[in-house]
Amino acid sequence: MNSLNVTQRNSPNVNSLEVSRLAYAYPDGTQALFGVDFTIGRGERVALLGPNGAGKTTLVMHLNGILTAGHGAVTVAGTPVRKDTLKEIRQRVGLVFQDPDDQLFMPTVRDDVAFGPANSGVAGEELERVVKAALDRVGMLDAIDRPPHHLSFGQRRRVAVATVLAMAPEILVLDEPSSNLDPAARRELAEILRSLDVTVLMVTHDLPYALELCDRSLILSDGVIAADGPTRELLADVELLAAHRLELPYGFAIPAPERG
Amino acid sequence: MHVPDGFFNAAVSISAGAVAAAGVAVCLRGAKRELDDRTAPMAGLVAAFIFAVQMLNFPVAAGTSGHLLGGALAAILVGPYTGVLCMAVVLLVQGVFFADGGLTALGVNITIMGIVTVLVGWGVFLLVSRVARGKGAITVAAFLAALVSVPASALAFTLLFWIGGTAPIEVSAVAAAMGGVHVLIGVGEAVITALTVGAVLAVRPDLVYGARGVAAPLVLRGPEGATTVQPERPVATGGGIRPFLLGGLGVTALLAGVVSFFASSSPDGLESVAEEKGFLGQATDHLFGSWALADYGDVGGIPVGVAGILGVGLVLLIAGAVGYAARGRDRVRV
Amino acid sequence: MVGAGHRHQLYLPGGSAVHRLPPQCKLLAVFSFALVVVATPRERFWAFAVYAVMLVAVALLARVPLPYVLRRMVIELPFVLFAFLIPVIGMGERITVLGLSLSVEGLWAAWNILAKATLGVVASILLAATTEPRVILLGAQRLRLPSLLVQIAMFMLRYLDVILDEMRRMKVARESRGFEARNFRHIPVIARSAGALFIRSYERGERVHLAMLSRGYSGQMPIIGEISASARQWGTALALPILALAVLGLSL
Repeated sequence: MNSLNVTQRNSPNVNSLEVSRLAYAYPDGTQALFGVDFTIGRGERVALLGPNGAGKTTLVMHLNGILTAGHGAVTVAGTPVRKDTLKEIRQRVGLVFQDPDDQLFMPTVRDDVAFGPANSGVAGEELERVVKAALDRVGMLDAIDRPPHHLSFGQRRRVAVATVLAMAPEILVLDEPSSNLDPAARRELAEILRSLDVTVLMVTHDLPYALELCDRSLILSDGVIAADGPTRELLADVELLAAHRLELPYGFAIPAPERG
Repeated sequence: MHVPDGFFNAAVSISAGAVAAAGVAVCLRGAKRELDDRTAPMAGLVAAFIFAVQMLNFPVAAGTSGHLLGGALAAILVGPYTGVLCMAVVLLVQGVFFADGGLTALGVNITIMGIVTVLVGWGVFLLVSRVARGKGAITVAAFLAALVSVPASALAFTLLFWIGGTAPIEVSAVAAAMGGVHVLIGVGEAVITALTVGAVLAVRPDLVYGARGVAAPLVLRGPEGATTVQPERPVATGGGIRPFLLGGLGVTALLAGVVSFFASSSPDGLESVAEEKGFLGQATDHLFGSWALADYGDVGGIPVGVAGILGVGLVLLIAGAVGYAARGRDRVRV
Repeated sequence: MVGAGHRHQLYLPGGSAVHRLPPQCKLLAVFSFALVVVATPRERFWAFAVYAVMLVAVALLARVPLPYVLRRMVIELPFVLFAFLIPVIGMGERITVLGLSLSVEGLWAAWNILAKATLGVVASILLAATTEPRVILLGAQRLRLPSLLVQIAMFMLRYLDVILDEMRRMKVARESRGFEARNFRHIPVIARSAGALFIRSYERGERVHLAMLSRGYSGQMPIIGEISASARQWGTALALPILALAVLGLSL
């Protein structure tokens, strides 16, 4: 079993993320997921779209084992999410939370970015190198010694991305990455995300941002995947969007497909 | 009720320290069953909440003040073992960071405000919630648990004061003042505990240890229509109450032994000096005041032993109640 | 973990020698000092005076202003009041002071409790004033306090800020709707908000914890900056209890 996992992981064809028949009910009996199925290949950038209350956050919590599936399975790069694989899974799945204040809890940016790698045993000069490299990738190296709460919101979100990048994840999962960002910060974050060489799953109801960054989109509605296809096609389907309480901003039109 | 440095004599401080250490050690073992990675912050929150609640000071007759304790709330929300740990942490932080409660009295404080309140509160909670089931029953059980746990703690304080308080006040006066006030505080604590447990139960029942239940079946929606499956998640089971009970018995036995040992040997340094200088008539007189028990024997050790036994008897009674409740619950579960 | 954005009025930032000592040394020093104080017979007035002078010296060295220490000592008030009552209601031989009949043993007991409690309180205040709460906990971890207790304490400090913030916010919300807690009769209103406060605080703090778990947190704070103590630092810190012990020895 174990050796099989290793070969799967090393093969380039293995998917970054596989979710099958995932169902979950909260302990109070409210069921949030009703059998979710999807697969994300290595290197893909995929948007997970859905209205509020569709179960997006609940789904995300399953991807690194914070919630345990009531039924079904989640597999990250060939490794199933189980109690005994949690440590490994949490290094492979980098979760960026919606509110960076939830994510940044250490006194300085350096300590915060170091938190993840230090937990997995990196120390000394190697730790310093990893921290600096991660901050450099989000353009926040200058802020290394500052307390996170002294940074602007957009800067904090970039540091939050760095805290996760420092762990060299297989897949980056971002929860509403564009919320509360001003247009400039939004563009900067998009540039950073495009420059990264990792699989990205972006959970959002910001449809233009999904279109800008992700070729493929999934629509999660009422606890199941309601649609899966190229972002441009999904967003052009007005009826589909309306059926799942998704709306493009006023005046926004899907640009004509690029030619050639 | 936070006891400062120098309030109790060395015998009581050291014995209570041993009891607290043993109790915390037992709970550290037991808590491994109660805590998963989601309940660790819950324990921290409960500790913080209790800390905040303890800031509400009620003026008490005789110029002192009393406050809510929170032991029952801790036991119900995070389970008895973790509950004791929460209380211990609260008292530790109060002592070290806020200078509230003496560092050398930490053992006394953890014993009377942590171990006693959690043991009694959880025992009452089990007894009541065994009789009736459902969310309402849990809220009522929480109310009663808090109601009883506070005077029980005051009683424990009085007991320790009787054995080795440094202030020459009639035990009956202390008992009356502490008891009376803490019955009132118990009512306040019962209201806050019930409201808190009730509110958490309504919104996040998963956060209430005392209300763990069986997960409902899941619905799968697919192209082929909806099907129902049983959750694969193992149903949460409570850690057996028996080890907790055994731990409690161990702690009480230890209390008996250590107290008797220390108390029956020579009076502590303080008292011996006092005796020598004639400030105190006799150390044993001071220990027992006007209590009839002091007449049980002329030999220094015996009355102390009697006191120890009485105290242990009391705690055993409480532990017995817990055990009775636990036995019934085990049967129900099987 | 507790650092960002939280004001701890307990801690007075500074760079004094006392501030720079490793936390485990300071913790052990304060604990041992309290032990020595409590073990001192109550008749040794001058020993208590020397202890007090030692604490004042530490305060001066750490540049902790004395008014600050006095303000924080309010925590002791309930027991001070109790102590003043002991001679009045105490038993045994009585003497008359300023027309009041007081118990001799009660006076001794009151002095004993006041002196020892005050010295203990001041020592703890100085520890908290010169050491960040987070760092004290790291020190406790170094002193082999079980990691579960350290973990609960860390979360507790974290949540304490959240709870106090939420309390403030809910108070503003209540007052903006015309409610003001003025007396005892308003307690039910406050009590009812306790449950809501609990859930709101929990859900805020839960997200932080999930973020920590997501980055491999397994119950122990990773040691990012090493806080090992040299023999000299141990010596400096333990000078306080050792001196106190010497005073106790001389006084006997």
